[in-house]
Amino acid sequence: MSILVGQDTRLIVQGITGKEGLFHAQGCRDYGTNVVGGVTPGKGGQSVDDFPVFNSVEAAKRQTDCNTTMIFVPPPFAADAIMEAAGAGIELIVCITEGIPVADMMKVKAFLSDHPARLIGPNCPGVISPGKAKVGIMPGHIHKPGSVGVISRSGTLTYEAVWQLTNVDLGQSSCVGIGGDPIPGTTFIDALELFKDDGDTEAVILIGEIGGSAEEEAAAWISENFDRPVIGFIAGATAPPGRRMGHAGAIVSGGKGTAEEKKRALSAAGVTVVDSPAEMGQAAAKALAG
Amino acid sequence: MKIHEYQAKDILRQYGAPVPAGRVTQSPDQAAEICDELGGRCVVKAQIHAGGRGKGGGVKVASDPDEARRLADEILGMQLVTPQTGPEGQEVKQVLVEEALDIQTELYLGITLDRQSGHPVIMASTAGGMEIEEVAAENPDAILRMVVDPHLGLLPFQSRSLASGLGLEGKTARQAGAAIDSLTRAYLETDASLAEINPLMITTGGDVYALDAKMNFDDNALFRQKAIAELRDVDEENPLEVEAGEFGLNYIKLDGTIGCMVNGAGLAMATMDIIKLYGGEPANFLDVGGSASQEAVENAFRIIISDDSVKAVMINIFGGIARTDRIARGVVAALESLGNIDIPVIVRLEGTNVEEGRQVLEDADFSFIVASHMADAAEKAVAAAGGA
Repeated sequence: MSILVGQDTRLIVQGITGKEGLFHAQGCRDYGTNVVGGVTPGKGGQSVDDFPVFNSVEAAKRQTDCNTTMIFVPPPFAADAIMEAAGAGIELIVCITEGIPVADMMKVKAFLSDHPARLIGPNCPGVISPGKAKVGIMPGHIHKPGSVGVISRSGTLTYEAVWQLTNVDLGQSSCVGIGGDPIPGTTFIDALELFKDDGDTEAVILIGEIGGSAEEEAAAWISENFDRPVIGFIAGATAPPGRRMGHAGAIVSGGKGTAEEKKRALSAAGVTVVDSPAEMGQAAAKALAG
Repeated sequence: MKIHEYQAKDILRQYGAPVPAGRVTQSPDQAAEICDELGGRCVVKAQIHAGGRGKGGGVKVASDPDEARRLADEILGMQLVTPQTGPEGQEVKQVLVEEALDIQTELYLGITLDRQSGHPVIMASTAGGMEIEEVAAENPDAILRMVVDPHLGLLPFQSRSLASGLGLEGKTARQAGAAIDSLTRAYLETDASLAEINPLMITTGGDVYALDAKMNFDDNALFRQKAIAELRDVDEENPLEVEAGEFGLNYIKLDGTIGCMVNGAGLAMATMDIIKLYGGEPANFLDVGGSASQEAVENAFRIIISDDSVKAVMINIFGGIARTDRIARGVVAALESLGNIDIPVIVRLEGTNVEEGRQVLEDADFSFIVASHMADAAEKAVAAAGGA
């Protein structure tokens, strides 16, 4: 089994006529994902590389019965694209776009509270269930089907973890990039809840970073609710306070959100915390063997 | 993005906040004129982005225009060292000359994003003039917190509740409530990430003034906040960081000796962390972007080595969608085009087509130190930079 994306995924790509949107629509299709079309307002009726293009998510939904969308719309319009998808009844919205204003995400959050849609991201690599479906920009071939779940605020660092797992012959059930923004649609806890209900996920790698308190909240949740092995890494132990480290959400402010605090909270919750990012795969192998 | 105190006060004044009368200037003579206009007594305040200016001698009271001229002359051009500037300090290019008021009490007011609720939160405290971080660490209960619905704004009962929580009454409570409302509207309407009045001062007459103000803005919203974007002062930023930004690179200068070039922010932080684990110190954070194109690598490398403290460079690239061999060719071409580089360059490539990628590095004219994994690279980089 797996979470969020799989054989039932019927994917559309918002912003499919853009260079990146089309490139990754093709990448997802090549991996085996059922990509049923795309949306670019004003370009409905056209088709790009055999993908039918619609003017709106609603039209795409009517024609294709899509249930998932992947968004590549530029930052000024991305929040609107998310809300359009939720309004049209899309179940899973994966927003890749980086650079959405915080105030826009506040609007999105308010809108989503009245809609059943789940948002992954923004500013994330997406979700993959190896061997089944890829909805994102990650390189599919480094993955391998299996039983380790991965949840991460980062892109390439997630690939690093996946590659380490694959190299110690541990496959992944699903890998969820929740994104590097201060207001994410899906939190560590949301993703952990989904993995908890997935009988085939035997362990989870949780990759956090400095800023906010999502890892501390996840730690509290894990100690109460999750008894499978969790391996944790927190990036940014050496980051100077008050500086944003690339991701909009990666900042230690007011002495809060340090890597040290997060590691301590996770360790106290029984998570195996590795200090070296080179040891995530081995730690997972050890946890599953023991 | 950060702005100066006088700019933050100009914005807050537009939203009706009680800001002391005053103007900014670059000339001592004009400082004397402004002081005269203000009635002969004034405060001369250095305008740099870093906090703690008073502690560094950047804020002085003048009792007449001549003294204002002398103080402005002293402060303008000085390298002001504060707890936030680092030992080299920051050059003062402007001073704010402001009316001097009789302080009775100092309060703290601030608004920022509460990431847990995803809403703005107002913080208020009677410990004015102190850094809110210190108050939070020493006495967290002394901070009143009020979450604001960003779409409804601050509700009247919320500002009343905060004012009364601060122990204020009568006219002072009404003025403080209005100041909180102004601060909140300014925060919401300018896409700020932080707006602070610290201290919010109460005069001996019971009137409320914003004695100092600070505003930071959401960089992602500057495209629609044109007037705010124009307030940027690049003189306050590290020149290498400014240059990197022009090339779309995310670079942050640090104090160590090992330059880092990495694709992706999370992996870039992790790379700094592993260097430290092996006993070294990273000289910078640098994200060259997911695809690590030849042009990005070239610019990034030039910026990294223009920092004199860099003794070795560690390149850590995870080739994902972009194939590793292609990235390797880009790295080789970039370094060869830069010519004589006499510092060791450690490269760790991983991902798609990694064997071909490593071969490209081995075959290059430039002699890279090729590492087989991240820990190996960190170890080699620390050794190359002269050990722990």
